[in-house]
Amino acid sequence: MSLTAPAVKPGMSRDDLMMRGGVVLLAGVLLVMLGLPLWALLAKGFEDRDGKFIGLANYVSYFSTPALFQSALNSLHVASITTVIVVPLAFLYAYALTRTVLPMRWLFQGISLIPIFAPSLLPGIALIYLFGTQGFFKALLGDGSIYGIDGIVIAQVFYCFPHATLILTTALATADARLYEAADVLGASKRRVFFTVTLPGAKYGLISAALVVFTLVMTDFGIAKVIGGNFNVLATDVYKKVIGQQDFSMGAVVGMVLLAPAALAFLVDRLVQRKQVALLTARAVPLVPRPKFARDVLFTMFCLLVSAAILTILGMAIWGSLIKYWPYNLSLTLENYDFAKFDSNGWESYWNSVRMALGAAVFGTLLMFTGAWLNEKTRGFGAMRGVVQFLAFLPMAVPGLVLGLGYIFFFNAPNNPLNFLYATMGILVLNTVAHFYTVGHLTATTALKQIDPEFEAVSASLKVPIWKTFVRVTAPICLPAILDIAIYLFVNAMTTVSSVIFLYAPDTKLASVAAVNIEEAGTTAAAAALCVVIVLTSAAVKAAHLVADRFLFARLQVWRRR
Amino acid sequence: MIAMTNYLEVRSLSKQFGTFTALGDVSLDVVEGEFVCFLGPSGCGKTTLLRAIAGLDPQTSGTIRQKGRDVSALPPAQRDFGIVFQSYALFPNLTVADNVGYGLVNRRQARGAIAKRVAELLAMVGLPDAGPKYPAQLSGGQQQRVALARALATSPGLLLLDEPLSALDARVRLRLRHEIKALQRTLGVTTIMVTHDQEEALTMADRIVVMNHGAIEQVGTPQEIYRRPATAFVADFVGSMNFLSGTLMAPDRVRVAGVDFTCPAQDGLAPGQKVSLCIRPEDVRVRDLPADSANRVPVEVAELDFVGAFCRATLKARAASDVAVTADFSSNLIRDLGVDIGTRLDIALPPDRVRIFA
Repeated sequence: MSLTAPAVKPGMSRDDLMMRGGVVLLAGVLLVMLGLPLWALLAKGFEDRDGKFIGLANYVSYFSTPALFQSALNSLHVASITTVIVVPLAFLYAYALTRTVLPMRWLFQGISLIPIFAPSLLPGIALIYLFGTQGFFKALLGDGSIYGIDGIVIAQVFYCFPHATLILTTALATADARLYEAADVLGASKRRVFFTVTLPGAKYGLISAALVVFTLVMTDFGIAKVIGGNFNVLATDVYKKVIGQQDFSMGAVVGMVLLAPAALAFLVDRLVQRKQVALLTARAVPLVPRPKFARDVLFTMFCLLVSAAILTILGMAIWGSLIKYWPYNLSLTLENYDFAKFDSNGWESYWNSVRMALGAAVFGTLLMFTGAWLNEKTRGFGAMRGVVQFLAFLPMAVPGLVLGLGYIFFFNAPNNPLNFLYATMGILVLNTVAHFYTVGHLTATTALKQIDPEFEAVSASLKVPIWKTFVRVTAPICLPAILDIAIYLFVNAMTTVSSVIFLYAPDTKLASVAAVNIEEAGTTAAAAALCVVIVLTSAAVKAAHLVADRFLFARLQVWRRR
Repeated sequence: MIAMTNYLEVRSLSKQFGTFTALGDVSLDVVEGEFVCFLGPSGCGKTTLLRAIAGLDPQTSGTIRQKGRDVSALPPAQRDFGIVFQSYALFPNLTVADNVGYGLVNRRQARGAIAKRVAELLAMVGLPDAGPKYPAQLSGGQQQRVALARALATSPGLLLLDEPLSALDARVRLRLRHEIKALQRTLGVTTIMVTHDQEEALTMADRIVVMNHGAIEQVGTPQEIYRRPATAFVADFVGSMNFLSGTLMAPDRVRVAGVDFTCPAQDGLAPGQKVSLCIRPEDVRVRDLPADSANRVPVEVAELDFVGAFCRATLKARAASDVAVTADFSSNLIRDLGVDIGTRLDIALPPDRVRIFA
């Protein structure tokens, strides 16, 4: 009987039509921002300098050029060493933050985050001041040189440390005290508890942290550029091919080689995370560490040491930026902050950065949050939502340098109607939003998943259009997440170098790029000064965010109080 | 029932999730002003049916007519219903008054008229002063009343309640049961409530729809469902029931462990068929048995569980110790007859209380 009943084709309301239209539009925007530029990059690798299709010839020549292939091995080498150093270091630091009684925990946590607010060339510059040819501690190195693999690894450890620490702090913070009580009652030794409860609980965090660090090092450009010396890596090769030799096809090939490990790391992470089940159920009892003198002293000393290292690098960059003429005249001056003397754009590149970061924060947050909402709340339409989901995850696997290269090929093509965007502020904003899309999208999706799924059903039954509920209820509830996304975008837009280095025009040059140029020209102090300005700006914005979160929200969101 | 009075007509409704059949060919009528409960274990399809009626998760095939209008393919916004969820789904950032008035604001009514209607609704659910508060400041029971007021604000023709009381603690649940029922009776709004709690269904519903495995097992008044369960599933799911396996010897005789019992005449079943003889624990008789009473069995008390108001006794047949019946004995009966473990008694299974299932 049920076989003869005609299948029902559910009709669509105005809401459904609007939502589906929105999803299609979003897919289109993401395709332009991500899909097509990457496609253009892929295609470019199969063309010769004149744009003729030559199959795999470029790839053959790449792998048969020892110098180029060596860079790939160098990248893998540096990434592996850095990962092996950073992950245990970050694990101990995260352990200290979450599982021991640390005096001034908030301060140590804050210090560990400092590198996030700096462009990656800052640690490189600081190391030059400390160990360079005219460095303070040059003598310590003996015959060795900071330029090359050692310098890269030290700078990368500084640069990657906060990322690994953040992931591991989260992994270690979500612990169920009852597991530890059970282990205690069963008479397990401290060692056994660590290996059977603590470590397995943090397993996924460790894997994730290792993959993130590995990818960061593989794809970072600023550090190798500043302190790499003759030690070539993939990221600097792309830059040299494209900017130095104007060999775009070969640049595309190196870009694809750079994409491979990043994409692989991303895939592995996805597969591993899928296996993870929630360790912390609603009934779990949060673990609160109890004082234990010897352990706490040991970990406090460790944290002091790491914090001192971080502050030394930052402090060196600041001091260096204030010094008249290193190392001969150590008197202090603000001359290095008069950027007009070192770069024709002067302070304008800083303001460009601020404008770009604001643009990315506003446009990106709007797009990411609305996009995540459209994709979460549209009824049916599974295939198209799958396309959006895929595109939203894509940037996580794509190094900024590779995306920037794709942008050149796609937007600079003369027959592209979007060609007018090329060499404008618009393309920088678009590129930055695309580069950091995944994290924003995930933050928004997580926030949306936490609110009652029946809000839309209720408003449909009350005949209230879905967008009205979005404006009156959904968005206000998610305000903290929305602000998180905006700050994340602002800070990353201020510090990013890799994705925008190919895309600026003379009048849209950004501070981080100007720092690279100034450093290249040999005026390290001014480059340091520019990096310091960037750090201060993004740190100030983050601090303002924390203050706002604490005091403003308490007033705005009375409804959260019970 | 006359077709004219049907408010809701569900015909041959099916819902597939891939190869899983959540609803298989379900048909149902709901009369205007009626309070209907969908009752069944989790996964039986009751919520799926409710969500199909609301249009939230449309059926794969089949039709739904509401007040004579075919709404089968309409999106929720074009149907006429108010809904209350187990989670309340109150907007946490809006005050109680704004929540209740949420659907009214959209109708471009004058501000004063909306305020008046909101006050009226809040008074109706017994929360006249809650207007300026936020949902988080209210108790669970109060939040559910606000959700009810919001659902009723636009005077929908159909009220859908999806396990509205499940998240509340026992006392509040009991009180709200009566309040919702009374409110529904006053307003006369046709209401469908989904629940897995049989007591809730029995006390609140005008009619109960018992569901299992995506199909309707029985539709009837609470008395019908309890007294004359149509299937073994209903007999087992609603209330307690003894199941004794036996063989049908004649249309009105069942043999259990060598003893013949009289039962209501069965037309649908052939003699020789294996059947279950069923009787509720409270229908087992012990006192004042006439000497020649039918279905008389000598038993011995094997267990006696104190449940508060009464004791549930496990009685083993003296002739066949593998046949056991549970019976509810009042405290009076236990005292009067001196019942204890090992006591020997005669019980009777009144033929008019016996049910037979194939």
